[in-house]
Amino acid sequence: MNTLSFLRARHLLIAAALAFIALFLVLPLAAVFSAALQKGLEAYGTALVEPDAISAIKLTLLVAAISVPLNVVFGIVAAWSIAKFDFPGKSLLITFIDLPFSVSPVVAGLIYVLMFGAQGWFGPWLAEHDVQIIFAVPGIVLATIFVTFPFVARELIPLMGEQGRDDEEAALSLGASGFQTFLRVTLPNIRWGLLYGVLLCNARAMGEFGAVSVVSGHLRGLTNTMPLHVEILYNEYNFVAAFAVASLLAMLALVTLVLKSLLEWRVGYHHGSARH
Amino acid sequence: MIRLQGITKRYGQYAALNDISLEVRDGEFLALLGPSGSGKTTLLRIIAGLAFPDKGSVTFNGEDVTDLKVADRKVGFVFQQYALFKHMTVAENVGFGLSVRKRSQRPPKARIKARAEELLDLVQLGGLGNRYPAQLSGGQRQRVALARALAVEPQLLLLDEPFGALDAKVRKTLRRWLRDLHKQMGLTSIFVTHDQEEALELADRVVVMDHGVIEQVGTPEQVYMEPATPFVSDFVGETNHFADGIHVRPHDLDIVAADGLPVVVDNVFRKGGAWRIEGVCAGDRVVELDVDASLPPPSPGETIQVRPRRSKAFTPTGANSHDHA
Repeated sequence: MNTLSFLRARHLLIAAALAFIALFLVLPLAAVFSAALQKGLEAYGTALVEPDAISAIKLTLLVAAISVPLNVVFGIVAAWSIAKFDFPGKSLLITFIDLPFSVSPVVAGLIYVLMFGAQGWFGPWLAEHDVQIIFAVPGIVLATIFVTFPFVARELIPLMGEQGRDDEEAALSLGASGFQTFLRVTLPNIRWGLLYGVLLCNARAMGEFGAVSVVSGHLRGLTNTMPLHVEILYNEYNFVAAFAVASLLAMLALVTLVLKSLLEWRVGYHHGSARH
Repeated sequence: MIRLQGITKRYGQYAALNDISLEVRDGEFLALLGPSGSGKTTLLRIIAGLAFPDKGSVTFNGEDVTDLKVADRKVGFVFQQYALFKHMTVAENVGFGLSVRKRSQRPPKARIKARAEELLDLVQLGGLGNRYPAQLSGGQRQRVALARALAVEPQLLLLDEPFGALDAKVRKTLRRWLRDLHKQMGLTSIFVTHDQEEALELADRVVVMDHGVIEQVGTPEQVYMEPATPFVSDFVGETNHFADGIHVRPHDLDIVAADGLPVVVDNVFRKGGAWRIEGVCAGDRVVELDVDASLPPPSPGETIQVRPRRSKAFTPTGANSHDHA
């Protein structure tokens, strides 16, 4: 009797979860692709090779190519110092790393406008030296770095904390230098966690809308990333083009998900066994 | 010879080590024995160069190494949890120390590989070089860690609770094996343990520590038979406490016909070649004694008379042994 009601409860719960996912995730995703393809493959292709779209795609890739490596370096340094050393202000540093998670992206964008905009703190100095940050690529990169700040560090801190210092100390006691220890012991120990963090960081870097929207200035072909380009097209009632570019972003999300599952499968499957 | 002088280490308010001085002789197998929190591991890490004292000095053969980092001290360190590099094969682990040397001092790859094989033979793991650490048993991993530490030809071998993570049977075999290996190589070695049996069985000399100070340094025989402090008497071997600071080992108590101390027996069981009798005297003092297993044991509830054959009195002025022949 009890077992039976448990079984029924389990089926009900699973069915509810699946229905929810279908309604709120799968259906909208399918809608994106169907809207993108509603005028056929040719219209879809045209929307993607149109110069403004190409430039948006290029800018998005550029921003990700700058912000992801910087966040990888920062993430490793922060996670290393937090997980392996004790110092005053450690918990404050952790709080700061989490800050971008709790601050609205719009605020993140506004911070940079306040600092580097024409009326901002450094505005006059920047104008004098002919450096443009806001409404230009550097502002977009800064805003993206701010928003994607926690991804790598957050992934590595628990991992490195759990691994402790023994492996590094063993390498040092065997005569390895600090750099050799990092390259040959620390990095291999964290590689899967790091890859996972990079993946999430990259997905967010390419998909970020709010913060980038504030600092971008929406200059067509110059400062529009893919998410901004989608919005502009949509506002112009150019649905096919808007959904075509959106479908690229959706595909990025799907590829990220597949890679993430592969990683989880690999790490989980080999956990505690030999070749990981 | 390794000489520690006035080593003090504090963590905040807590004194992990308090003015420790110690000499380790060449070729000696030394045990640092104490309960957790006694500072024994901290002391080992300071000797290794993995931790640094707030005060005091460490010298190796007359050379001051107090501020030298672990990489420059030529010590082999075996970690409690082995700390094997799990993404490397066993042979790569063993060869690691040679492979990270400066280019001018680094042996060629084939030579490193051959050296790793030699060391694996030495620790009786010949032919397992291509395995990964996860494919080995605990005892095998321990020996890989040892081979890896030996590969850099250290002048000193340091082992942190070397058998702590192993089950009793493997521990015993490895202990005997390690003692033989030490005899064979004559490498000065220091190991940390909380297991008095391990210290007494393996070490040439035992350093008994508690609360960051050395309670006694001596041969296993001295530490067991002539404990310098009540703590040592208590921690090394089993001890009965009687009034006025008198300590008696369970095997130093005899059952006598009359004129002894009355003990009410509450439990009797076989312990190896003896009967272990647990009882109570003077109302609440627990007494344990071992008697010849060939004799019929008393039964629970019975009152027996016991008398010490040998005892140790700890008074504020010092420790005195008494043989009551």
